[in-house]
Amino acid sequence: MSDTEHVIIESGAARQPFNYAVGLHGSRFLQELRDHRRFMAVKCPRCAKVYIPPRRVCGACFVEMDEFVEVGPQGTIGTFTILRYAFIDPETGVQKPVPYGYGFIRLDGADTLFQHYIDIQDESRVKIGARVEPVFADERKGTVKDIRCFRIID
Amino acid sequence: MDSAAIVGVGMTAIEKNKIRDGFADMVWEAVNLALDDAGMTIDDIDNVVTTSNDFWDGRTISCMAVSDASGAREKNVSCVEGDGTFGAFYGLTRILSGSYGTTLVTAHSKGSESVSSLITNAAFDPIYQRAIGMDMVSACAMQANAYMHRSRTTPEQLARVSVKNHGNARHNPKAQLPMAITVEEVLASEMICDPLHKLDCSPVSDGCCAMIIAAKDRVGTAAKPPVWIKGAAFCADAFHLGDRDLSRAAALTRAAKKAFDMAGITDPATQVHVAELYDAFTYQELMWLEAMGLCADNQAGHLLEAGVFDIDGTLPVNASGGLLSGHPVIAAGLIRMAEVVRQLRGEAGGAQAKDPTVGVAQGVNGLCGQSHCVWVLSAES
Repeated sequence: MSDTEHVIIESGAARQPFNYAVGLHGSRFLQELRDHRRFMAVKCPRCAKVYIPPRRVCGACFVEMDEFVEVGPQGTIGTFTILRYAFIDPETGVQKPVPYGYGFIRLDGADTLFQHYIDIQDESRVKIGARVEPVFADERKGTVKDIRCFRIID
Repeated sequence: MDSAAIVGVGMTAIEKNKIRDGFADMVWEAVNLALDDAGMTIDDIDNVVTTSNDFWDGRTISCMAVSDASGAREKNVSCVEGDGTFGAFYGLTRILSGSYGTTLVTAHSKGSESVSSLITNAAFDPIYQRAIGMDMVSACAMQANAYMHRSRTTPEQLARVSVKNHGNARHNPKAQLPMAITVEEVLASEMICDPLHKLDCSPVSDGCCAMIIAAKDRVGTAAKPPVWIKGAAFCADAFHLGDRDLSRAAALTRAAKKAFDMAGITDPATQVHVAELYDAFTYQELMWLEAMGLCADNQAGHLLEAGVFDIDGTLPVNASGGLLSGHPVIAAGLIRMAEVVRQLRGEAGGAQAKDPTVGVAQGVNGLCGQSHCVWVLSAES
């Protein structure tokens, strides 16, 4: 090493394993997705807004929510993007193949938008307002990836 | 409000990779520049607020690791995790409490030391969003599409923001990416994430900013005329991106209204003379302008094309070159404030707006502008 070379200390393959609790609302959502391929949202008792993914508190009203309602499975693209740059998959540490689509989807009956992949086989059909339906994974494990993606049905 | 003023600012150059500097080295440089600017020594500083983010710094309690370089030894030092404007807000409240006459605020980060997309991915919900690989760029690209769809803003108008800001940076010796480019070159740059081209996105950067805020009865000891804090406010929106109307920035509208009310400003579009906004992406400058009432809804793109936001326009925006020309996160908003201070003092050189007396700076924390901090500053008390 020459005298002018900078010394850099690398973290190496450092890992910080975590076990994230999904909460009771999250458990219900993921179980229904896995076992029945259903989307369960939660409704605010005060403002009647239907939230997906379901969570305990309506932030706008500051009240607890426990009334589950089924939404979807079809929906409408609220906004989207097509990712074209090489992105390292945080789950695997390797680069994901690009391009692929992301969208915010308003599932029928829900008031908030749900994020997931959008199938981009025909890019010209991917637009705000397009109708979509979910494609479920064959083997479902109780994670958000039990949905493979949403595909355009217009 | 004229109970407190900014009396000193200092910042490092913004660079792609400050390989010679650790975090504390950058802080040391910026703090000494701010003290020199204020004509003060560390003994004149009553308390310290450091601003940093543990994920970006790759360690926990990152804020305390820069406390010696911030001159915090044997002083009351506290920390803010977020944008520097929020650190400054905390610093201001400590002055307004009456317990301290001066606050030194620092904010630093080094994007060069990590993989930015992994850091921003970690800001997302680990159950629903992180697993599908969302990061800041992909989330903001979706916000850009939502904003453009609603406001009918064009890709050419977005590109014009990049042309303006990189062009402005040529007058800023601390900017990372001064460039003379054309709208065509922006549109021809690599498509990163529709609709954002590479030149619609701010770069990964290293940098630090420091600022000294003083109570009214302490500004007289400073070397330069004070820049008065006329209004300061922040406001947060929902955490889940899907809960918000991403095409609008409701929290920014609220924060700006409160800050302008405090300052007695009733028509921001005509009463503000210079603005430094959080342009992490081209579309954000236009969206934030509209949300703050600095121009009418759906009009930012047109006014930009008419030259209104140029250095010699009626409302120069990001005359410093903005974040598109260098984006050290965390420090970014504090740098916006420091640039407004430089403008109001008449120190901005080739980027100087004509005789501004009122300026506004904005900082953002959270994904797609979850929370905003707005500062109204004035050379006149």
